[in-house]
Amino acid sequence: MANALLLQFVHRRRRGAELFLLILALVVGIGAYASVGLGVDGEVPANLVGYGGWLAALVIAAHVVVRMVAPYADPVLLPIVAALNGLGLAIIHRLDLAEDTGRADQQLIWMTVGVVLFVATLVLLPDHRLLARFTYTSGLAAIALLVLPMLPVIGNEVNGARIWIRLGPVGFQPGEVAKLLLVITFAGYLVVHRDALALAGRRLLFIDFPRGRDLGPILVMWGVSLSILVLQKDLGSSLLFFGLFLIMLYVATERPGWLVVGGALFFGGAAVAFRIFGHVQQRVEIWLDPFADRDGDGYQLVQGLYGFAWGELTGRGLGQGMPSRVPEAESDFIMAAIGEELGLTAVLAVLLLYGLIVERALRAALISRDGFGKLVATGLAGVFALQVFVVIGGVTRLIPLTGLTTPFLSYGGSSLVANWVIIALLLRISDQARRPLPEAPQETEDPDQQQTQVVKVQAGDDR
Amino acid sequence: MSELTLFLVRIAYLAILWIFVLSAISVIRSDMFGARVPSPAGGTQPKPPKPAKQKAPPKRRGSPTHVAVIQGQNTGVTAALANAPILIGRGNDAAIRLDDDYVSTRHARIAASGDQWYVEDLGSTNGTYLGTQRITQPTTIGLGAQVRIGKTILELRK
Repeated sequence: MANALLLQFVHRRRRGAELFLLILALVVGIGAYASVGLGVDGEVPANLVGYGGWLAALVIAAHVVVRMVAPYADPVLLPIVAALNGLGLAIIHRLDLAEDTGRADQQLIWMTVGVVLFVATLVLLPDHRLLARFTYTSGLAAIALLVLPMLPVIGNEVNGARIWIRLGPVGFQPGEVAKLLLVITFAGYLVVHRDALALAGRRLLFIDFPRGRDLGPILVMWGVSLSILVLQKDLGSSLLFFGLFLIMLYVATERPGWLVVGGALFFGGAAVAFRIFGHVQQRVEIWLDPFADRDGDGYQLVQGLYGFAWGELTGRGLGQGMPSRVPEAESDFIMAAIGEELGLTAVLAVLLLYGLIVERALRAALISRDGFGKLVATGLAGVFALQVFVVIGGVTRLIPLTGLTTPFLSYGGSSLVANWVIIALLLRISDQARRPLPEAPQETEDPDQQQTQVVKVQAGDDR
Repeated sequence: MSELTLFLVRIAYLAILWIFVLSAISVIRSDMFGARVPSPAGGTQPKPPKPAKQKAPPKRRGSPTHVAVIQGQNTGVTAALANAPILIGRGNDAAIRLDDDYVSTRHARIAASGDQWYVEDLGSTNGTYLGTQRITQPTTIGLGAQVRIGKTILELRK
């Protein structure tokens, strides 16, 4: 019955609210940049107008395109993303000033590419259900992308993880794109096979367990995740992909039995990986006692924790701390830099913004009218939630540290571009979901037809 | 730059960050509670809201009052027809929830039209049967008619 109410509930377009929030988001991004200049050099940076103008042009362009091609899309997603991206750029710029590098300019170029692809996705994809056609194509493409870094010439090993490809000067992490393709594949597969997976099983200890023969896909996915762990030594991605599959399987079938089976497989795999691989053991040891080797293995984590501690409640102030002490402060450990210079207050704000992204994605899933859209939106929400949990949990020593980027904040082109496309897809799904229902189809002459039609509308009401 | 100025800049920036967060939340709030059915200005008139429930047919002597499960795991479960339409399936939102592996999450529905009762299959995997006949469209059922869903049999009763 709740859904009957939802169908009569007509969403407004809310583009004005989006514009208002976007202007605030620009103030957040440009304000951080100005504040960095004030803190480090004691004056507002000279290129503030050019930088701010570029950022504003990108954001306004995205807004205008949303206004034209997805007028009913969610009004909160784009501003949140713009604010996070602007804050990330300012922090990277601040680290640039400390280390004398030029990463912020590169990141701004990647953001431009990201916004261009965001616009392209919205314009070229009038309906997300078109993606359901590419279920298996995108699965194949995802696996091909995951294999690419293993190839001899273009594959590239950075910090022990073989997840990069390098073509001339341009490096790229194919895994970031693969996660989007995998969401589409899982959604397309599950929307067709959910009944078979949900239907039969036996009940044991109040939980419905799936049948043995239905375990195939989950075992395949487990194998893929494990082989990423073994071959590419990438803890983060393997956890992300498997967790994503498990979330979507659970949502599609409503069977907690899958979570039990998947959780058991995950912990089994993790235990075996812990026994076999030195780098997994090392990560766990650092997590358990980072201060045991504070100048060696534990250095990065310990410096990050010092940063959080020194930042206290309101931080040292942008440009007043020493965030560049932490290795990789611009990518995995960007939260430590935020915690040091802006304090717990800002860390909580950022976490809340991530929470809002996940909430909006799940809301799009709830109100979406087709199963495929529901599953894609849920999967994308899961990607964000898992990624943020894994990386921020790692940096704050809640769980062992695994390498993943912090979405929109971290330095890194592949991640930024892929996440902009994910947001475009979410906007497309929410636009379809919030759009008012089209008029009921014309009545026909045939009385039999008429009767079925009446019943059909009621069935929709009840769903 | 004096210490005080930097302190004020820092506090002002944190304030801006939180103002942004709180405005985003207030937009979400107004999105949840502030939606209105638009006025018919745009040419396309929105459909008038349909009655949420169908009227149950007038009570008469001899007309059925409830559905009962007479065979299967959930034998004895009943649902009053006054709450029609009645959803039958394995899902939690079903009025008659069946623990039967051969039943879909939303399997079938019993609804009223005039003073007739209909059973309607909701696209289930294993189908809904009246006697030996698998139904493909809403079919009238009377008192005592047996509807088979998976391994379960239901019946209309007085």
